[in-house]
Amino acid sequence: MKHLKPINQKAGRIEAQMAREEMDVVGLESRPEGPHIPLGCSLVFAPGWEVDSTGGTAGLCQPVERDLFDCHLACFWPAHVPDQLNHSPDWTSQCASAQKDWRKLDLVFP
Amino acid sequence: MIKPVGQLALREFHAFEAAGERFLYLVPSAGIFRIDAASSAILDLLSYGPRAPGEVVNSLSDRYSADRVHDGLLELRQIRAIGEAGAPVEQVANDLPPDGFPLTTMVLNVTNKCNLACTYCYEYGEDKIVDTTCTDDPKFMGDETARESVEFLLKESGPIEVAHLTFFGGETLLNFPVLQDTVAYARRRAEEVGKRLEFSLTTNATLLRPDIIEWLADNEIGVTVSIDGPKEMQDRMRVFHSGKGSYETVKPRIKELLRRHKSRPIGARVTLTRENLDIHRIYQHLTEEMGFWEVGFAPVTTSSGRDYEIEDEGYDRMLRQFGELAHDWLEHAVENRHHGFSNVKDTLEEIHKGVSKAYPCGAGLGLMGVTTGGDVSLCHRFAYSNDHSFGTVAEGIDRERQKDFLEDHHIKNKTDCHTCWARPICSGGCYHEAHTRHGETTAPNLHFCTWVRTWTHTCLEIYGELSERNPEYLAHFDH
Repeated sequence: MKHLKPINQKAGRIEAQMAREEMDVVGLESRPEGPHIPLGCSLVFAPGWEVDSTGGTAGLCQPVERDLFDCHLACFWPAHVPDQLNHSPDWTSQCASAQKDWRKLDLVFP
Repeated sequence: MIKPVGQLALREFHAFEAAGERFLYLVPSAGIFRIDAASSAILDLLSYGPRAPGEVVNSLSDRYSADRVHDGLLELRQIRAIGEAGAPVEQVANDLPPDGFPLTTMVLNVTNKCNLACTYCYEYGEDKIVDTTCTDDPKFMGDETARESVEFLLKESGPIEVAHLTFFGGETLLNFPVLQDTVAYARRRAEEVGKRLEFSLTTNATLLRPDIIEWLADNEIGVTVSIDGPKEMQDRMRVFHSGKGSYETVKPRIKELLRRHKSRPIGARVTLTRENLDIHRIYQHLTEEMGFWEVGFAPVTTSSGRDYEIEDEGYDRMLRQFGELAHDWLEHAVENRHHGFSNVKDTLEEIHKGVSKAYPCGAGLGLMGVTTGGDVSLCHRFAYSNDHSFGTVAEGIDRERQKDFLEDHHIKNKTDCHTCWARPICSGGCYHEAHTRHGETTAPNLHFCTWVRTWTHTCLEIYGELSERNPEYLAHFDH
């Protein structure tokens, strides 16, 4: 701390705690402005550290139908799902609900 | 990592100035930081209302660079002097102390008889909780109960290596034989279980014979003498049953005690009343003329309307003199000299450590009283009251009852205190005072608020000034 001087013992402990917090793994805590990352999608592949973009783990093991639209519609990541934005604008046009109509999703050959 | 925010607003702290510097006492953490001019300017600006960080930078741009202001905002947010406007205030943790919290101090009421009849006495006077002349409790604690109490303390102190055993009364020395036996027994048993016990007692000094003084000194028993000051002050309230004043009786005995007993510092404890408020005179008499190492003052505990009750103007007078004595203490501390005003020392120690209390004192937690019959009580002041009992020394602490007590008396329940900056130190004040004044131990002592805040503010100023003028002295409070 540059502008505040800890005087009593408790202030010393507060300062030490702040120093520890600064050394924390900030990448997992910060949410910078950036591309949309679907819930249920982990960008961290180290075993044991897989978390979604909010730092949570609850939505990571869901059936593919659950986050199909999120991956198809807005994700920037080159996924194993046809992307609506550039290549497959009509891929889901016959499929209002992936849970019910998933058979209407056809294969796509680039 | 601190996330970006919309508007920033002040959070809870108490600002004070000392030695030309500005300090913050943070609430509820009780941390104290000295702040520089730019941080001070930020706080002054935010005192007019919430501002976005950009607005703060713009407003202060004539004096400080944007980087400097951003730095200041970040640090002030980190110590929680400021925070996001409208963000929910962090509540005090509702945690109760862990189960089986160790007992570190046991106050043994070795007798409920007294050879004095002090007018204001909380045990026998008009505001007594229990009339011990009408109960089945023995007048004197027996050897067996005292030994059981020692075993109780050794067991309930758990992993703590040093525990404290304080003898109390009535007049403690009326039961001197049991004191002797108990101390010898306790020392032996403590050694057997690998602990150390420290002993102390409170006495009115009327019964200090040479052989007793000798024993106190040889056994390193800490002694606190209850005394109100010079003859005219002492004899007003501290009288024998005949009404005769006790000053002439205690004076030579105290002199002898102070001459002979050097193994522990000996303190005087003064009860202040409406008629007994010349604190400078009392302090000077007890230190310079009597020779006490330290003197502590406490206003009398009384229900409203007693003729010795201190009134508002009396508290003003008391505060003024406390402030003056505290500044005397400061000048001594700056020169590394001893000064015996113990009230300021006790508060400074809490300020230095940054205590932030969920309970006003250790009663019912780390400290308990024991009656002559072996009942465990909230503290020595509640001895013999069935409503404030926590089991017996033979059967141990009634943990269920203790838990209920701790639930009911937590600062979270004292909603009046939730907006007060002095709550980390005060936490609502003495249970006995609350019981006497307001009829229940759960009540915060609202009649003391102004006094507590003014006194705490004075002590913060003293602490801040000492930290600038003689910072090494603060190590005295480290232990």
